[in-house]
Amino acid sequence: MTATTVASTEEPRRAGPRRRLGGLRQGAAGPLFVAPFMVLFLLMFLAPLGYAAYLSLFQQRLIGGNTFVGLDNYLTALKDPLLREGVVRVAEFFLIQVPLMLVLALVFALALDSGLLRLARVIRLGIFVPYAVPSVVATLMWGYLYGPDFGPFAQLSQKLGLPVPHFLSDGWMLGSLANVVTWEFVGYNMIILYAALRTVPTELYEAAAMDGAGPWRIAWSIKLPALRPALMLTLLFSVIGSFQLFNEPKLLQPIAPDVIDNSYTANLYAYSLAFTGQQVNYSAAVSFFLGLVIVIFSYAVLFTANRRRNS
Amino acid sequence: MTTTTPPTTSRPAPRAAASGTPPTSRGRRRRSVGRRSTPLTIVMLAVLAYFLLPLFWLAVSSTKSTQDLFTSFGLWFSHAPQLLENVHETLTHDDGVFLHWLLNTVLYSVGSALGAALLAAAAGYGFAKYRFRGNNAAFALVLGAVMIPTTALAIPTYLLFAKVDLVNTPWAIVLPSLVSPFGLYLMRIYAADAVPDSLLEAARIDGAGELRIFCTIALRLLAPGLVTVVLFTLVATWNNYFLPLIMLNDPKLYPVTVGLSSWASQAFGGGSGANSNMLALVVTGSLISVIPLVVAFLLLQRYWQSGLAAGGVKQ
Repeated sequence: MTATTVASTEEPRRAGPRRRLGGLRQGAAGPLFVAPFMVLFLLMFLAPLGYAAYLSLFQQRLIGGNTFVGLDNYLTALKDPLLREGVVRVAEFFLIQVPLMLVLALVFALALDSGLLRLARVIRLGIFVPYAVPSVVATLMWGYLYGPDFGPFAQLSQKLGLPVPHFLSDGWMLGSLANVVTWEFVGYNMIILYAALRTVPTELYEAAAMDGAGPWRIAWSIKLPALRPALMLTLLFSVIGSFQLFNEPKLLQPIAPDVIDNSYTANLYAYSLAFTGQQVNYSAAVSFFLGLVIVIFSYAVLFTANRRRNS
Repeated sequence: MTTTTPPTTSRPAPRAAASGTPPTSRGRRRRSVGRRSTPLTIVMLAVLAYFLLPLFWLAVSSTKSTQDLFTSFGLWFSHAPQLLENVHETLTHDDGVFLHWLLNTVLYSVGSALGAALLAAAAGYGFAKYRFRGNNAAFALVLGAVMIPTTALAIPTYLLFAKVDLVNTPWAIVLPSLVSPFGLYLMRIYAADAVPDSLLEAARIDGAGELRIFCTIALRLLAPGLVTVVLFTLVATWNNYFLPLIMLNDPKLYPVTVGLSSWASQAFGGGSGANSNMLALVVTGSLISVIPLVVAFLLLQRYWQSGLAAGGVKQ
């Protein structure tokens, strides 16, 4: 629907260059198709990255103003206990949340693909729906549901005479955040895995069934290997997502200010450095450092996963 | 919640299973009909309940006054439902600023989504169908950039935009959202498959120019992939919080996410007196902001599911 309107509204605007391009050799057309994207990519990705790298090498000083300090900011970052705490916390979050989320997504996708479910379509769309909910709204909803005085869980346990769960306390917070993120993204990952499962040729299952393989055996020996690339994709996105955790803690901060401080996650720390602390240069170094941690971690994850396959 | 149920429950399961499945899987589906598992269905319905619970809460709560939000049981209606009052108050509070936010969100996200999809389609098609110097290197560079955390980019982008006076304008939100590495990746795979070389050759022999071939032939064949990219960029921009949070400080320019969070911190943080009814507004506003995307996903599901299928397979 949208696509057809895209095509039709875009044509008249491109009428000008079309005439010019029509006469060009075919060889020049490729770069021209790619150019608009690449130009914006350079401006929106590489330029800010370069600028951050540049800024991170300077410091604002009372005497001397903007001074080149080399890698000083990075040395400070390495020794900064607040940053370390934030990075360790998101790493912890990653270790709790990502395996849980991906295993759930995998199990749901296999269940949907098994053909054993009634109402499969309703279930599939229902699990996916949270992806369309902004994380702001998701966090507000869960924040309310978690509430120790007025949340329904607290109300229920009061009625039943049970101790009220303190979802927003220091000990529970990371788990509560993991629940919000899991709620938001299980469906998305499930859909990617499910889409990959749908493309496995049916003949494989039939051949396996003929050889006496049951549904569990088929899932383990045919479906799981077929899902490898899609699983790697979801894993990679999850690494990136969890290390830059920001929205959910930032939005729960007003209702749990004692638990979530300004350096609760690495990203929250970079944000508060730049916007409340006015330490732009150091914030750039922290952002850059965090980006580096994510790239290293992503490659480590990919490398381990690939090596396990080869061995 | 109210919007998710009608389109799905009105369809009986057998029909649902038969429609919209790719031809390759039809045989499998047919084979498995008749041995449905009730225990598995019950477990998955329990799972479904977990995912719909917060949305159910949201729908129920948007019918309550702020006082009832605190005093009545959270998961059921209060004695005095007042959905229409809440909607009215949400839309008119502070001179209708919520409508501004909603409109901003629509403009930012539709603009970015259409732009991003077209850019990704053109570039994906260029990468898939032409060989040129630097082809693979450029593509690898973009794919590598997927790993750069957007939030690590956002702060330097803010500082750069501040230098060229783009901060606190709609461009500050739209421009960064126009580049979608994932969209490019998807469109390249999609174009390689969906646009046959023989068709391009035939059009060239007929004397069509390259851009004309793209606009009249390729774009049409790329439509399902385009819808996928449009939808996912739309969601990304619609739901974006970090970028507008740092780029904008004029409340009139806020998208709905930043607006709602500013109301929420008034409701939670302000506490005393002045904003006594704020929480009901936050809840009702949340519900209103969720509905359009959920409806879009349900209506366009055939497109984005087939588009994702293409992307999920070959990597």
